[in-house]
Amino acid sequence: MKKNRLAILTLAAIPLVLTGCSAPAGSDSADGTTLSYGLWDANQLPAYEQCAADFHEANPTITVDVEQLGWDDYWNKINTGFVSGENFDVFTGHLANFPEFMLNEQILPLDDYIKADGVDLSIYQAGLADLWKGSDDKQYGLPKDFDTVALFYNKQFTDAAGLTAEQLGALTWNPEDGGSYEAAIAHLTVDKNGVRGDEPGFDKSNVETYGLWMENSGGADGQTQWAYLTQTNGWTQTNGAWGDEYNFDDPAFQDTIDWWYSLVEKGYMPTFEAQTGIGWADQLSAGKAALVGNGSWMTGAVFGSASDTFTPAIAPTPVGPSGERASMLNGLADNIWAGTDHPDESWEWVKYLGSSACQDVVAEAAVVFPAITTATDAAVEAFAAKDIDVSPFIMQVDDDTTFLYSITDHRSDVLALVTPVMESIMSGKSPASALTPVNEEINALFK
Amino acid sequence: MVVTALKEPAASLATRRTPRVKTGRRDSQTRAAILFLVPASIGFLAFFAWPTLRGLYLSFTDYNLLRDPTFIGLDNYLAIAGDPVFWNSLKVTLEYVVINVGVQTVAALALAVLMQRFTRSMVVRGVIMLPYLIANVIVALVWFWLADYNLGLINATLDTMGLGKIGFFGNEDLAMGTIALVNVWRHLGYTALLLFAGLQAIPRDVYEAAEVDGAGEWRVFRSVTLPLLRPVLAFVLVVTVVGSFQIFDTIAVTTGGGPVDATRAINYYIYQRAFERLDFGYASALAVILMILLAAIALVQNKLLRANESDLER
Repeated sequence: MKKNRLAILTLAAIPLVLTGCSAPAGSDSADGTTLSYGLWDANQLPAYEQCAADFHEANPTITVDVEQLGWDDYWNKINTGFVSGENFDVFTGHLANFPEFMLNEQILPLDDYIKADGVDLSIYQAGLADLWKGSDDKQYGLPKDFDTVALFYNKQFTDAAGLTAEQLGALTWNPEDGGSYEAAIAHLTVDKNGVRGDEPGFDKSNVETYGLWMENSGGADGQTQWAYLTQTNGWTQTNGAWGDEYNFDDPAFQDTIDWWYSLVEKGYMPTFEAQTGIGWADQLSAGKAALVGNGSWMTGAVFGSASDTFTPAIAPTPVGPSGERASMLNGLADNIWAGTDHPDESWEWVKYLGSSACQDVVAEAAVVFPAITTATDAAVEAFAAKDIDVSPFIMQVDDDTTFLYSITDHRSDVLALVTPVMESIMSGKSPASALTPVNEEINALFK
Repeated sequence: MVVTALKEPAASLATRRTPRVKTGRRDSQTRAAILFLVPASIGFLAFFAWPTLRGLYLSFTDYNLLRDPTFIGLDNYLAIAGDPVFWNSLKVTLEYVVINVGVQTVAALALAVLMQRFTRSMVVRGVIMLPYLIANVIVALVWFWLADYNLGLINATLDTMGLGKIGFFGNEDLAMGTIALVNVWRHLGYTALLLFAGLQAIPRDVYEAAEVDGAGEWRVFRSVTLPLLRPVLAFVLVVTVVGSFQIFDTIAVTTGGGPVDATRAINYYIYQRAFERLDFGYASALAVILMILLAAIALVQNKLLRANESDLER
């Protein structure tokens, strides 16, 4: 399917190239420069179209064409665009692809521009700008928004179980007995006969509502699955930013994964087999799960499916052995394609995207959290106006309990190597120690 | 088909014997033929011949799309020989082909014979053809949701009947079979119609003769239908085997190669190596191996099934 789509795209591109009206590349016209800008999230398209219009008003000689494509198509287009020489002048970058693009010199460093225009990087939430520093210590993007992780839950189930929002906000976890986090999950699990997971006679092979949902194995990052636990157990994925060593062999990690899988054996979480299919958000709203960890970017989708039987709410992730919570902090930034014909105009647009003029517009849309601190506050208010309390997400930033998405070379290889092993562990076919040989294989990539 | 093929050389001999009148017509025919062939040839050169040559070249290089390819000789092929994911992908692809083609061919043959013997209804033919008209991806997603463990109709039904739920797509042992059967569902009608067309070409008098000889339905099928259908059946088999070796879309929208590597078929592995891991040299080498494999299989099938001769001629 993806391949077909690509073939069709290629075919479709020919007449575009021939007639010279190809949207991706910037072009000059009598009234100035036209830049192309790409993003993948349809929910954010209106806000960025507004930004583009405002920007054009302030800079009449530059017009920005905003184009949105679904995730897979988006990256296929950018990757093939590097080769074909037709690409977005400016595009929304993701940390998963950043190392590859940076190391292959496909995106421009911005330091000279930042210096010349005196752009203040301290207006952004702490750490976000540093995420976009290359291995050469140059700055490759200006932060646009960020996300953290929390627990979405169905308030009707927690009410029925007698769990208050305060209790859910004070859960603790450890890899030995799971702490009050596991106790809550057990209590929220209900079998077909209405028996709870922590009550005698619980039938784990006939579960009606799982206390916690498993959203696949989490692959190598477990951003919304296990990273919020492993980090509190003293584990870090690599030996630092632009690291060359992965730590999947660390007992602190493997113990956490073994505990996580034990929830499956106890019947509190669906088996790998049972979670394959319809996505977690629908399982949550359909009453098949009480709790599920996920990212702030899903807030709109989850609250959009509220119904008579589903009252969505958000709780923070549990406090772990470190005595703190933890959440991965992932931040997006806008990158300039190295092959653009209009680097200066592109920078003007990137600078605008990174300014509060645009990020306040994004905040109002209440879809994501903009990177500028003041715009983040505006977004929190915009969510509150929709009756959504997003403080469990913001709490992690305010309390400084976030950790950064790991940036290293060979990211896609690491993902491809770890995912099958994690799936095997979560299917109950291997213990977590099966990660040790894979870890050796991964670290060999860096030698 | 074979009858006309035999006539062609005779016809061209005839034209050679009477040159003066026919040459002009032949020239204009040739010109017309070339004119008609040009668009297809451009397509063939641009989208098949050139990519094949380029793919062959890339298979001997280290190429990540973002930098120029560097020649590394046979390194990709040597690495593939020691790549357990590759060997596993061949295994699961084969599993898919055997289930998909096996079930599909038998069921399609049964459907075609039933259509031939018992109904002339266009409505029935239309209904049988219907699944084929739905896009692959839609079919895959609909079945994926129908078979969902917790919310799907199939498991809800199984559960109500007390049979227990089944992780169709999530169980390592069942996932590939499930995907194969989903595609049997989609392609069955099309294959059945191809075979049905073949059945229509069998002269009715052969059946009448068999009837006069007192042969029953089964005997007629075994001794008349099957042998006379063989060229069409061979064509269908070659096309479906080659086609099902390239299974991709259903996997891409359902299991994504998992659980573990249970559905990481060769084509999906090629895609992942190329577009997810940006390892285009390695992926090209995998693609070349797949191409050679498919060519060999098609050749062997053609030979074994004697696809180019019909028993009608004997």
